This record gives sequence, C-alpha cells and structure tokens, in this order.
Amino acid sequence: MKERLHSLQQEAEQKVAEAKNLADLQQVRVSYLGKKGPITEVLRGMGKLSKEERPVIGELANKVREAIATAIDEKKEAFEAAELDKKLQTEQIDVTLPGRPVQVGGPHLLTNIVTEIEDLFIGMGFEVREGPEVETDYYNFEALNLPKDHPARDMQDSFYITEELLLRTHTSPVQARTMNEFKGNKPVKMICPGKVYRRDTDDATHSHQFTQVEGLYVDKDVRMSDLKGVLNQFAKQFFGEEREIRLRPSFFPFTEPSVEMDISCKVCHGDGCSVCKKTGWIEILGGGMVHPDVLQMAGYDPKVYSGFAFGMGPERIAMLKYGIDDIRHFYTNDIRFLKQYDQA
Amino acid sequence: MLVSLNWLKKYVDLGDITPEALADKISKTGIEVESIMHIAEQSTNVVVGYVDSCEQHPNADKLNLCQVDVGNEQLQIICGAPNIAQGQKVAVAKPGAVLPGNFKIKKAKLRGVESQGMICSLQELGVEEAYVPKDIADGIFVFPNDVEVGADVASYLNLDDAILELGLTPNRSDALSMLGVAYEVAAILDEPVQLPDVTVPTIEEEVTKHISVSVEALEANPYYGAFLIKDIQVGPSPLWMRNYLMAAGIRPINNVVDITNYVLLEYGQPLHAFDFDKFNSNQVVVRQANEKETIVTLDDQTRNLKPEHLVITNGKEATALAGVMGGANSEVTESTTTVLLEAAYFDGKTVRIVAKDHQLRSESSTRFEKGVDPNRVEKAGLRACQLLAEYANGTVLSGIATFDQLDKSEKQVTITTSRINDRLGTTITDHDISIILERLGFTFEQSGETFVVNIPTRRQDISIFEDMLEEVARIYGYDNLPYTLPKGGQQAGRLSPVQKLKRQVKQYFEGAGLMEAITYSLTTKERAKLLVSPEIKEKAVTPVRLSMPMSEEHSTLRISILPEMLASLSYNVARKQQNLGYYEVGSVFVSEETEVTKQPDEKLRASGAITGKWVTHAWQQEVKEADFFLLKGIVEGLFERLELTATYKQAVIDDMHPGRTAQIIVNNVPVGFIGQVHPRLQKAFDLKDTYVFDLDLDYLFAIHSDEPSFTKIPRYPTVSRDIALVVSEQVAAGAVEETIKAEAGELLHDVHVFDLYQGENLPEGKKSLAFNLLYSNPDRTLTDEEVEASYQAILAAVKSNHDAELRG
Repeated sequence: MKERLHSLQQEAEQKVAEAKNLADLQQVRVSYLGKKGPITEVLRGMGKLSKEERPVIGELANKVREAIATAIDEKKEAFEAAELDKKLQTEQIDVTLPGRPVQVGGPHLLTNIVTEIEDLFIGMGFEVREGPEVETDYYNFEALNLPKDHPARDMQDSFYITEELLLRTHTSPVQARTMNEFKGNKPVKMICPGKVYRRDTDDATHSHQFTQVEGLYVDKDVRMSDLKGVLNQFAKQFFGEEREIRLRPSFFPFTEPSVEMDISCKVCHGDGCSVCKKTGWIEILGGGMVHPDVLQMAGYDPKVYSGFAFGMGPERIAMLKYGIDDIRHFYTNDIRFLKQYDQA
Repeated sequence: MLVSLNWLKKYVDLGDITPEALADKISKTGIEVESIMHIAEQSTNVVVGYVDSCEQHPNADKLNLCQVDVGNEQLQIICGAPNIAQGQKVAVAKPGAVLPGNFKIKKAKLRGVESQGMICSLQELGVEEAYVPKDIADGIFVFPNDVEVGADVASYLNLDDAILELGLTPNRSDALSMLGVAYEVAAILDEPVQLPDVTVPTIEEEVTKHISVSVEALEANPYYGAFLIKDIQVGPSPLWMRNYLMAAGIRPINNVVDITNYVLLEYGQPLHAFDFDKFNSNQVVVRQANEKETIVTLDDQTRNLKPEHLVITNGKEATALAGVMGGANSEVTESTTTVLLEAAYFDGKTVRIVAKDHQLRSESSTRFEKGVDPNRVEKAGLRACQLLAEYANGTVLSGIATFDQLDKSEKQVTITTSRINDRLGTTITDHDISIILERLGFTFEQSGETFVVNIPTRRQDISIFEDMLEEVARIYGYDNLPYTLPKGGQQAGRLSPVQKLKRQVKQYFEGAGLMEAITYSLTTKERAKLLVSPEIKEKAVTPVRLSMPMSEEHSTLRISILPEMLASLSYNVARKQQNLGYYEVGSVFVSEETEVTKQPDEKLRASGAITGKWVTHAWQQEVKEADFFLLKGIVEGLFERLELTATYKQAVIDDMHPGRTAQIIVNNVPVGFIGQVHPRLQKAFDLKDTYVFDLDLDYLFAIHSDEPSFTKIPRYPTVSRDIALVVSEQVAAGAVEETIKAEAGELLHDVHVFDLYQGENLPEGKKSLAFNLLYSNPDRTLTDEEVEASYQAILAAVKSNHDAELRG
C-alpha cells in the first residue's frame, strides 16, 4: 500500500508538471484528489488493515494528498501569474503623454511679499492691523505731525474727496488710530499692510495706487538700537543671512531721528556694481524714532514712552528681488506675469 | 544742490579724500549724495592756444584757417565757429586729445586743407549746454587775456572739478548753501570752517541819504536791507566765478547778476539787484499787492496780483515780486551804473504762495520757502557789495537802509548724556558729546552730563531734544549703534480671526483654480456703475468721486470689483490669453450720502470671473468651457469651507444675463450674486461668455463660527436611496430639494441632484430630476421601515408642492 501511495504521488506530480493550462490542472485534481480518485480509494480500503498499519498508512495517505494538492496549487498560481503578466502586457500605455492638467490658481506676487513680511513680523511679536483706505485729513496728516500748511501735504500730491477726506497716502494712519484706541497706556507692536494712493501719473516707476507695509513699536524704553536690531533681523530673514544692513539719516515729519535703511547688494556684496549703481547698497525702507508730537497727539507721554516706526513698499521690494522693470505689471493682471510668481 | 568740490575747498580743507569717499561719508552722515559728476574726466591734451592769424578757408565760406600758438608748437587748425578771431586765447584739443564721449582728435583734411586739432566750445569740453553763457552757446570759448599759452585748460575751466549732487530732505535747507555744506563737511571730517573774509571798502556818502525803507507787511517781511553801489561797469564776471556758477548749474550772465547768484549759492541768501536809476524813487515800500494790481516781470510776463502776494514797490508801483522775481521796469542791463541791492528776509509761506500762483519756482524762491538764516541776510548783502567793488568796479556807499524786526536769537536745547544713551541704546560719554557738539560748530554750556546747546540760526530744523538726539547720533555714526532687540515683554504676534479667514478664503480660491488679481480701486464714472450687487446698489446711490481727479480713468471709487476685473480679462484676451479665471478680495467704498461728508463704509468683497476654456486637454479631446455651474461649484465650495448654507435665487440684475443669474442668500440675507455677464457688456469688453460672482465677505465672516464643533464620525452604515421625479420644466431643482429637506425627517443627512433629464420618453414641458438621498442614524443601524416612511413622506410632499411624479 505504501508503494501504491508513493507511486500515486509520483504519477500525480508528473501530471501536474505536464499540465499545460488551468483545465489540465483541474483534470489532475479531479482524477487524483476527487471522491472517486485513487487516494480516496486507498483510504476507503484501510478497514482491511491491521491496527498497527492503519495510522501509518492513514498518515501517509494524507501526506500524499497534501503534497499533490500543494503541487497543483503552486502550478495554478504560476499559471495565473503568467496569465496576468500576459494581460498586463496588453494594457501598456504611453507614459510620455502629458497628464490631465489640474486647474490651479495662485496668489498675486504682492500678496506673497506682504504675507512673507507679515509672517516675519508676527514671529517677532507684532500683530497685523488694518484700517480704512479713505482717511480723514486728521489721521492721514495732522496726527502724524503734518499740520495743514505743511509743504509735504500739497493738495496736488493727494487724492482728496472733500477738504477733510482723502485716499490715504500711507498706512501710517492705522498706527495713529491704534495708538488712540490703546489710549496711551499699553504698548503697541503692530504692522499695517495695505493699499495707498498718491497723485502720480502711472509710468514704469510710479503708480497712483501701491502697497505699503508699515510697522510701529511703542513701549517704555524703546531705543534706536532696537530699531536697528529688528530691521536687521527682518532683512536677514527676508533677503538672506549674508545680507548686511546700514542706516542713514533721513527725514520724515513723523519720526525723529529718521533713517533710511539700505541692504548690501546681493550681486556685489557691497563692492559696487551696476545693480546697486556702484554704491554697494540698495535702499529698502524708511523709518525712525516716533516723533514726540505724534506720541503726544495719540495720548502717549513722550517722557515715558518712546517708539520706532518704519515703512516699506512691497512693489519696490518685489522689483528689486525679481528684477521687474515696470511697476504697472502689478496692476494690469497679465496672466503671463502673474503665473511667474504664483507659488504660494 | 550741486556742490563743486573745488569751490568747497575754499571753506574746508578736504585733504586728499576722493570725491567718492567724501560722498559716501556725507551720505552716511545725513545728506544723500545722489550722484558724483566729474566735469571732464575724459578731456586730455587740451591746452590754451593763441590765435596768431585767422583767415578764410580757401575752399569754404564758413570755415576759417587759423594758425594757433600752443606754446611749444604752431598748429594749423580749421575752425567753423562764428566768433573765432585773431588775438584770442582759446581751448585747443591737440591731435591725440580725447574729449568727453570718447571723441578722439586726429589730424584731418577739411576741404583739401590739413587741420591739426580742434578749437573747442565749452559743450565740447563737457559743460552742459544749459549752463553755457548764451553769447557763446554757438561758438568757441574765449579765455581772458591773463591765461598762459600752452597751459592745460583743466584748471582754468575748472574741468578737474567733481560735483556732488545732494538730495536734500526738507529739513536740511541749511545745506542749500556752500557755507552750510561746509559746516556739514567740516563736522564730518572734523575740520574747521574758513568763512570768507568780508571787508567792504566804502565811501563816506551814506545810503540813507538816497533811499529809505518801509515795510507794511511785518510778518511776511521782518527784515529788509538796501545797499547802494555806484560806478558799476557791467561786463563779464571773472572766469573762476563763471566756472563755479556753471558747476552749480547756473548760467553766467554778467558780473552784477553773477555776483548775486554767487552769493545766493555761497550764503544761501537770495539777493536782488535793481537798476537804481530806473527805480525812480528814493523809497522802498514793501507791501501786499492791491486787488487788480499787475507787474511785468523780468521774463516780460504781465502778472496779475492778489492781496496774498507780497511786492517790493518804489512807493508807487510794484518793482518786484518779493523773493521770486524782479520787475522789468528796474532790470539791471549793460548800461546800469548804480545798483540798489536788496538783502531781505521773506517769510516762506508768503513766497510759496507767490511762486505757486505764478509758477515761478526758482533758486531764490526755494530758499525763502524753506527758510533762510536770519543771521546771514545782512552778511550776504555785504559780501555782494565786496564782490561788486572788486569785480564790477563798484563804489559802495556806507551804511544800509533797513527795516529790521527780525528775531536773530539762537534757541537753546538741553540734552543729557543719560537720556541720549537711553534713547539710542549706546554708551556715549559726556566727553564724546562735547566733541560731537564742537564738530557741529554748536556752542554749549556743560555741567556734568547736562548740556545746554545754543542752536545756530542756520539750523532752523533743530528745536527739540529729539532733533539734537539725531545730530548726536548721526555724527556718532548710525553704523556705530549696536543691534539690540526690544527689552519690553514679548507678546505673541498674531493675525486677527478675520485676517486668518481672509487668507483661508484666498487659498481656497487658488486651490479651486482661480488666480489672484489686484485691480485699481479708482475707476471711471461709467464703470463704477457696472456689475454692482443688489444689496450694495441699494445703499451706494452715487459712487464716491475724487474732487480733483488726475484723469477720468481713475476718478471714482469702486463699489464693485468686477468692472476693473473685466478690464483685466479684456487686457489678457487682447494679448491672446483667452482662458482665464481670476478672483480678488478687496474693499469697495459705499457711501449712502449723495454729497459725501463722512468716510464711506469700506466693505470687504470677494469677486471672481472666468472666461474661455477651463480644461483643455488636447490629446484626449477633453475641453470644458467655463460655465455657470463650474463657477457655482467654486462658490459652493467656499460656503462649504465656511460651514454656511447658501441658497440661489433666480434674479434679474443689471448688466447680467437675465436667464443665467442668481442672487445668493444666506440666512435670508442677500450676500451677492453669480451669473453670466450680459452679452452686451461682454461685447463692450471684447469678451466671450464670461461668468462672475461677487460676495459680501464682511457678512460671511461675521456669521462664520471660528470654532467648528465636533460631529461624531458615524459608526453605523448610511443608507442610500435614489428618487427620480418628473416635474414641469418651470420647477427649480432647488425648490424641490428644499421640500425634500423639509419633509424627510431627521434621518436624512444629505440630498443632492445627480441627474437632470429632458427629452425622449418624457412628456413635452417636463423634466426628470434624480436625487440621491443619504440616511443615517448616529446611534443605531437604520431599519428599512424608517427609510421607507421618510421616502413616502417625501413623495407625498413633492407631489403636493411641485406636482412631481415618481418617474416610471
């Protein structure tokens, strides 16, 4: 019986090996492992065996059956894999054809610049504040130490609506409004981005509408060295660690002392080249220590409080950063321009 | 202000510093040097030549053949200048010379005769046309006789000079004079200032015998000084003076005019010279002009005067516009022999009005407008007298006829070292401060760390502690300030909830495929009326208009973002960019007043527009045109993000397609609209089908809850049922959906249209709407019975509300 089982296994394995397809295999399975198959037959005849032989043969028969079943299954898997391979071959596509485009928009370059500036100053503890674009003469000028007869506030330079209302010429009125709101008794640490307007004829370097980001920090014991430190941190983060800053004296009615900040030229690092007009430096922003009259008018005692303020033009910064040659590009919304800078 | 360094050297020892290094120091200390000009860097090999002979060229009428002695040789030069003559000393560019513009001089034949060089005009030597004296504008420059033949012309013509162009901020009017610049440079270089030595030879005869001064406008003219100089011989001024004037950008005219201009530049004090014989009076009366008074000014213009205008008169008629321009009736000419010289202090505001009304901004008016130094007015007059005596043969009468109520006192400002250090963040010592004050030329009283500083009257910009703080800081050097971070408590910076939402909304639109646009807030009066959302139109009766627009194009504040956005689309389409999707988030300006008196309400809106193809995918032939539902999908997505429910009501809105426009409602409040632009307006903007939306972000942000509550993730399976209903074509899908939502009961958690069918197998005028219904219960598995009950309730309700039948 043992021999019979061994030869059955050999026979079946031989047939499995010879099988050419799934149908052949099924045939082998039915003929050897089926209810009427030889192994079943062997098991059925076990009653005739001795008590000692019965478990031995039974175990062997099961082993043989399992071996044949495994052989069939393995062969079957091989057939299936081959068949899948064949099917997949027919499914080949041209992977070099273009993908289906996804319509993706993006932010305007000015938004990118302003957002980056906002985030840098938020990181330094500034809050972002906004205010009206149509301002009162008081907040746009008087509260900023520009009284009515001041030459710097010629009617010709601003878009007036009435004698008392105009399109703001800078975002500084937001600072004056915030100081007023805080009633002179708590620190102010803010930046105010926004649209501003001046009576300029639009050309490559002038725009009647442009953007400003201004900052203000008023507290007890604010020093000019703090202004230098904060601007330096901003410049290095925004323009790159290798850039240096320098401050030069300047004049604004609302700050005293006033400064103009340059950064070292990215091309020549201060040696002088055509980009920086041979000076080695590029003017980036203006600022200074808040004028005591401005503090006073907003209800802050200039003997107790001091502060610094600064302002910059995102258009100018973008033009310097990317070499953009015409400020009007920011407002014509030419898709070919916008797409160059639409990475959020 | 143009500063000749050769001139500046008369007052300050500049050592051997290069113009570039000096410019850098000046810029860093307080006055921006905008440019450095080297007058004739490139002129080489140009010498003084003596014209031995000058004859007509044998073959050319307009050319002269000259023999010129240039010291060590004789050159034959052909010259076409009309003013060339034998006996002149002229500038000769020898062969090998290089003139500005890299113009190389070589020997050449002109009409068959050899020319060994060129006799030069000032322009050819690099002097700007505008500064060249008029009489030689078309000819060569002729030297005075005392120059040496063969010598390099550079020093005679000041060609070795460098000119710094200062960009002065309004506070630094003190640097509108060479002396002011000298004080600044002296402080920077730590050198003393050498003031000009003014000694005026006078005769006994007194000015006051011939002229008296009275002023009727005390505030506008607190000081008026009149000098008299006789025996004047009008002629050219000395070469050095002409050179300095040209370097400073002023055209030399004659010695009298040149001297007043020279002193204006040197002292920053404008002067005026009258021809005393034509002045026709022995009194100067300064007063406000009379109504309807006129004056003919030096430029032969008749000027109509107003009482705000200050005039100098001879007691009868106006002879000058104070501080701005003289009158033609008393003009100095070639024949003038006696000069009445005015040195006066005119108030800046008064001069500004006159200069502005008559559009006569000049070197003179600018200085008065910014404020001249009260202590230099008389000195400048004396300086001019000295120069008139020396260079115009003048005889100066003694004394001055004056009106003088001018405050010439110095202000005091007290500073302390500790306060300076507290504000700057520095550790400057008392000694450092005393040194800085000395360098600035400020006198002071020191006791311990306290300094009482006397502010010189030339520095009208300094009046408070902070002004002195700046002076100390800039001389100490901004570069030397340390870098510190604020000492104050560090609070966290942040965006406000609205600012965060604004960023999220923008990011959403960008993710949905729209590009951000930024358009102008100012538009035309006509455009401002277009595409206005109904809830805005109701309030903003008239868009706000500027009182004095620069152009009609930017005259009116927008009440809708859309018109300028369409203009942007149009701009792109004209450049063959047809497939566009834009959004903008920005303010519109709503005033409910017809005559604006208060700030308009600035409302934050989000607008968008799409036109052309949205998806183009050539090789798979997929093309999707921008349409209403595409844009509506974007808007719906926004509401979903904001967790708000909007309804869309068919609406007729001006400038919009009457059948393809919806008003958008949230919480029964109109918040904007969406739809296709009216084809007429599309055509006006040269656009194909264009779809737009406009939303009130103020309101949406106000009702948006910034803390979304947590909804449990359902643990039990949802049940999906579809229902297809046949309704009349007129029935809006939204209305049916509303009925379903209202009647389905609590278990329905979502319903949406998934199919719309019209045509075959349906009766005329009917359509089929298929809805997908999703049921769920967070607490247990749903039973068929509950779903069926809801389904039946829906069927009954749509039947009665919309006459809807279940599609068979």
